[in-house]
Amino acid sequence: MASKLLQIKAISGHAGTVPGANMSRDYDVCKLVDTTTCIGCKACEVACLEWNGYPFHPTTFDNTYQTMPDTAWNYWNLIRFDEHTASDGTFSWRMRKDQCMHCADPGCLASCPADGAIVQYANGIVDFNQEHCIGCQYCVTGCPFNIPKFNPSTKKVFKCTLCSDRVGAGLEPACIKACPTGCLHFGSKDDMKDLAERRTKQLREHTAHKNAGVYDPRGVDGTHVIYVLHDIGDPESYGGLPKNPAVDPFVRLWKGPLKWIGGFGIVFGALGIAFHYLRYGPKEAEIQGGGDNERHD
Amino acid sequence: MSDTTSHAFLRHGPPADRIQRFTWIERIMHWYTAAVYIYAALSGLALFTPYLYWLAIVLGGGPAIRFWHPIVGIGFVVGIFWMHHAWAQDLKLNADDQKWLDNVKYYITNQDEKLPPQDKYDAGQKLYYWGMFGAAIVLLVTGPVMWFPELMPRSLHWVLPVVTFVHSAAALVTIGGAMVHIYMSISNIPGSLKAMTEGHVSRGWAMLHAPKWYARISAGEKRP
Repeated sequence: MASKLLQIKAISGHAGTVPGANMSRDYDVCKLVDTTTCIGCKACEVACLEWNGYPFHPTTFDNTYQTMPDTAWNYWNLIRFDEHTASDGTFSWRMRKDQCMHCADPGCLASCPADGAIVQYANGIVDFNQEHCIGCQYCVTGCPFNIPKFNPSTKKVFKCTLCSDRVGAGLEPACIKACPTGCLHFGSKDDMKDLAERRTKQLREHTAHKNAGVYDPRGVDGTHVIYVLHDIGDPESYGGLPKNPAVDPFVRLWKGPLKWIGGFGIVFGALGIAFHYLRYGPKEAEIQGGGDNERHD
Repeated sequence: MSDTTSHAFLRHGPPADRIQRFTWIERIMHWYTAAVYIYAALSGLALFTPYLYWLAIVLGGGPAIRFWHPIVGIGFVVGIFWMHHAWAQDLKLNADDQKWLDNVKYYITNQDEKLPPQDKYDAGQKLYYWGMFGAAIVLLVTGPVMWFPELMPRSLHWVLPVVTFVHSAAALVTIGGAMVHIYMSISNIPGSLKAMTEGHVSRGWAMLHAPKWYARISAGEKRP
């Protein structure tokens, strides 16, 4: 019986390449989405639903080919379709596979108050543990990419796991396996960065996309899902990909200085009260000439 | 065997030498607000810092406090508004209060004789009230946004961190105030706890802590 926990190097009688072969085995993983070769077939959407066991959603038509306006608690992977008119008047679709970016500095994890509800694995995957989730949705507040989605019936939040269950067993995520054009790649962060840089160089030198670039935003210390974009100067045109995503400064203030000010304030406030009691004590009322002393009540 | 020389009867109202300070409705109002406030504050602290997340377990688990905190929080705001209806007139700050606040160090160091005489509530109580009232309004405005963040349109998501920060800061202000309030009621001002449980204070208490109120009551004014 073959182990599912070990990385496979060769497979007998197998047509095609070994998933993830010929790559360095760095521990941190990365998904590369090359938007320039995406054809919007949505195989990744279907593969995501199938692997994670969710039913297909009723689609919402909004004059694009997009399945629905936004991702949902049980629909983690959505190709966003945006019409783009170039400066020379030519028209194109900008199609971007939207899912959790698996930030190296995750705002969801920084915001979460529930012990163990969000974990970041050493390989870079940020995963929600619904068993410990309390449904407060602070992760929604903390996420710069609008990814965590709330299930109102179970009061738990869900998002793309980067198929942590598959990756942990040495497999690539379901979306990668389904992609027919090779626009999705999976491997180590270094390998994916290298592949993405080579692809953007090719685009700049051999196509009209002179401003092609790699989207790996520094504001969140880089992400474990990176994009190749035709125009790195305008990520917003790809279904609202933020230009400079970062954990919000108010989240930092709330989880940093305010937490410490509040904690020290309560502790030193209690100590101050204890000091006041011991130094000054109660204000006893006594009527001159005797008679009514409050302690006699 | 019957004793005909002495006779016990049931007393109604405060003892003859004591003064009614709070009606039973005011006392219910206070303790209702205190109870919902304490739940909201403790459950809020559990969500505020991991060092106090154990409070969530004590109060029935994280999902339970996430469900109840906003509902009980609305109950707290209702209590504050009820208090506002009942007490706001007596809690208006005046010139004497400014003098009292300028000399608050004498109050803290138990040199009350150096302070201007106060009415039913001293300036410290008034400030505590207005602090809680202001914070309750801030909590009321920010709370529902945190209750249903999923309803916030994407273009307005930037307000979520701001609202969360402001909600936490306002709650910390109330916690600081409540700590002092509880200390003063159970220790620093003997007799004030009984004022809020059984409703009456001694004459000495009234003369010392609320001389202007005592003068009005002694002159036969009914209430306040």
